[in-house]
Amino acid sequence: MPKVSMKVNGKAVSGEVEGRTLLAQFLREGLRLTGTHIGCDTSQCGACVVHMNGVPVKSCAVFALDAEGAEIRTIEGMANADGSLSVIQQAFQDHHALQCGFCTPGMVMSAAALLAENPRPTEAEVRKYLEGNICRCTGCHNIVKAVLAASGQDVAAIAAE
Amino acid sequence: MPKDHGIGASSKRREDVRFLTGRGRYTDDINLTGQAYAAFVRSQVAHGRLRGVDTSAAAAMPGVLHVFTGKDFESVGGLPCGWQVTDRHGKPMLEPRHPVLAHGKVRHVGDPIALVVAETAEQARDAAEAVVAEIEELPAVIDMKAAVRGGPLVHDELGSNLCYDWGFVEENREAVDQAIRNAHHVTTLELVNQRLVPNAMEPRVAVGDYNPATDETTLYTTSQNPHVIRLLMGAFVLGIPEHKLRVVAPDVGGGFGSKIFHYAEEAAVTFAARALKRPVKWTASRSESFVTDAQGRDHVTKIELALDKDGHFLAIRTETYANMGAYLSTFAPSVPTWLHGTLMAGNYKTPLIYVNVKAVFTNTVPVDAYRGAGRPEATFQLERVIDKAAREMGIDPVEIRRRNFIDSFPYQTPVAVQYDTGNYHATMDKLLEIADVAGFEKRLQESKARGMLRGLGINCYIEACGIAPSNLVGQLGARAGLYESATVRVNATGGIVVMTGSHSHGQGHETSFAQVISEMIGVPESQVEIIHGDTANTPMGMGTYGSRSIAVGGSAMVRAANKIIAKAKKIAAHLLEASDADIELKDGKFTVAGTDKSVDWGSVCLAAYVPHNYPLADLEPGLEETAFYDPSNFTFPAGAYACEVEVDPETGKVTVDRFAAADDFGNIINPMIVDGQVHGGLAQGIGQALLETTAYDENGQLLTGSYMDYAMPRADDLPFYRVDHSCKTPCTHNPLGVKGCGEAGAIGSPPAVVNAVIDALHRGGMTHVTHIDMPLSPSRVWAAMQR
Repeated sequence: MPKVSMKVNGKAVSGEVEGRTLLAQFLREGLRLTGTHIGCDTSQCGACVVHMNGVPVKSCAVFALDAEGAEIRTIEGMANADGSLSVIQQAFQDHHALQCGFCTPGMVMSAAALLAENPRPTEAEVRKYLEGNICRCTGCHNIVKAVLAASGQDVAAIAAE
Repeated sequence: MPKDHGIGASSKRREDVRFLTGRGRYTDDINLTGQAYAAFVRSQVAHGRLRGVDTSAAAAMPGVLHVFTGKDFESVGGLPCGWQVTDRHGKPMLEPRHPVLAHGKVRHVGDPIALVVAETAEQARDAAEAVVAEIEELPAVIDMKAAVRGGPLVHDELGSNLCYDWGFVEENREAVDQAIRNAHHVTTLELVNQRLVPNAMEPRVAVGDYNPATDETTLYTTSQNPHVIRLLMGAFVLGIPEHKLRVVAPDVGGGFGSKIFHYAEEAAVTFAARALKRPVKWTASRSESFVTDAQGRDHVTKIELALDKDGHFLAIRTETYANMGAYLSTFAPSVPTWLHGTLMAGNYKTPLIYVNVKAVFTNTVPVDAYRGAGRPEATFQLERVIDKAAREMGIDPVEIRRRNFIDSFPYQTPVAVQYDTGNYHATMDKLLEIADVAGFEKRLQESKARGMLRGLGINCYIEACGIAPSNLVGQLGARAGLYESATVRVNATGGIVVMTGSHSHGQGHETSFAQVISEMIGVPESQVEIIHGDTANTPMGMGTYGSRSIAVGGSAMVRAANKIIAKAKKIAAHLLEASDADIELKDGKFTVAGTDKSVDWGSVCLAAYVPHNYPLADLEPGLEETAFYDPSNFTFPAGAYACEVEVDPETGKVTVDRFAAADDFGNIINPMIVDGQVHGGLAQGIGQALLETTAYDENGQLLTGSYMDYAMPRADDLPFYRVDHSCKTPCTHNPLGVKGCGEAGAIGSPPAVVNAVIDALHRGGMTHVTHIDMPLSPSRVWAAMQR
């Protein structure tokens, strides 16, 4: 089987994969980084979003071999260096932006990508950007609120506590 | 000041840290040493005779360990149904055998035919494609009325597709007919409550494991109720005694009902693991989820509401066809009957009610409980017909509801249940305030100025939660008890571990249950740990569904904690040389009443486990208690919801602009979590009203089998919600005064959205439109506007 090498969360890794092995599978099965989730098979749900060379990708839509030499960042690499939650992660906890937690890694990765592109998004921009991530638990209210809060905006005025 | 800990505090969820850092442990994250992988071969036709399964090519493929077919499962039991409904004539429902793997016939697209086990998941999937099933395709029956009229038989041996014809309350039937004949006004509405796919974001996974040295079997599975799975699979399917079978449901990525049931895949991988003496893992693809997870709703209903000249409700008659799909899923028969008919009184004083439900087999995926389960179907038809009646009689929709509100409690409905408490005027008042109904006219004008239609929909809901008094549901056909359990273990150094039979798959029990213990004993929440999801270390419990966790599971925990406190007081009394009747526990300290003599929680715990100075003659050492709690009644959360929509008259596109929910959940443990539960329910209800549908073609092919064509609500389909639960009438019969909040949003919101759209069209002059079936997609709304 062909070998693939990449950098994941700052660490050089490599492994043998089939040509059809998806990046999501390589992360989960090959590297045992099980924070990246697989929620569908049509690249719709967004639970598998990771950053590839700084850009958010659905890792179920990237072959592992196509990530040769890439810099990958997953949910496991999102906390601060001292292990504390990053601003976005902390906002998700503070605003109860997750329930079952299954879509959460993808949501956090997408939200981080949004704020990197657009540090002060409007509510409509947040909703539009997260359109590729499905959450069945939260009704998205607290996710949108958390992302706005993580961007430094005052969310106290948003209804419903 | 809001509380910062204990009951009523919005404590941040302790679960979140692991989920936010990728350290959750879901079933698919489990990989056992020596694990093999399973792939299922599934029927691609909805109905057919299975003439044979040729596994020879598959068995010869690389890495394949074994291919199982229906024949291998002839010696084990079928998947059991947990509820037997008795029909109008006193006959038990028709109950077909549900084999683990199909033999004889296939009955829906997705019905499992064979199971391939191989060294890798890829090898298993490749080999599954090489299995050849010889199927003689038969005409499929998809439409319920056609199925009952004499369409092809889903189960030949039953002789009918009518599972049951249920009447409730049968003795009321004639009186209801007469009241409707003689009424001043009768409003009739025919509607469809469409089939939905629950779509928990985590697909189902099962890992079977067998240790031949100890004869112990373990199943790791995505379940809302591991003990129920252990009982059903062990006792009814595979014949494994419970003490040799462990079921673990670790972190579970949402359920919404779909992970209550015992599924074929769980039994199949467990069977395979025992046969091959290797762990066997199966992970559903989303495409498999769409054709195997039990689906929800799918009712076709005609409801008639009789009113007097002042708009008082006199009688309700409703007739529903309820789709069971191809087999009876675990609790399917209970959903359109006892979870639906008993709620037809809603929040109103209607003296006479008759509910008829015909449950029908079709060549579709089985249907069972989905968030709300029967109660959304009851609420939708009732609140829609009331809105239609109000319009026909020229009465304001809020006023007609107020005129009929139940306003004294307890209230015995004509459909068996007794509401213990409620205040429907209070939640309506609160709703009108938080929805800013007073400002609607101004917003209407703004919409008009932009060329948009605007409508306001308001309705109420009630649900029965906290299922259930075991002796009552036993009479109604339940084949299980519906109590809950908890063990509270206090450690020598004062830390507390609660092992609950409830299961958390997003609800945040690890946080909110700890808040209750913290409040009762006066120790920090961080000193309390909540364990759930593993039959090896939790007492027999029935799990989480029907918004029952805090009302039933929480009550069991309170009961166990009260036993702990009573014993701890005896220990404290001994240490303080006082009578235990004089001991008070406050803030983690035991004090002799009226004195300054005290001993702290930790010292009492230590004494229990290091009993050097201890009343050993009278009291066992240790501090651990188990309690079971069987509720004496259901709980009855209720509320009022308001939706404001804009409708684009050019395209028919509906946008939910505002949504407000005023709920009475009784006492609240964690307001932040309760808000979140309501938000999620609202999104599912809005999704049902506007986006989601499950379409089969006439051959039984599922047309909406992926997220490309099943429209899930996403962030840009949804508004910010205004939710309030400050109206509190605490439940009168459980120790915390709690009612449950998990399903309310999904129950109350679909009629609000539809009422709002109809209101918008009427305000736009299209008074001919009295109903549009969900989902109110642009094409359906546009077509209705053109009629």
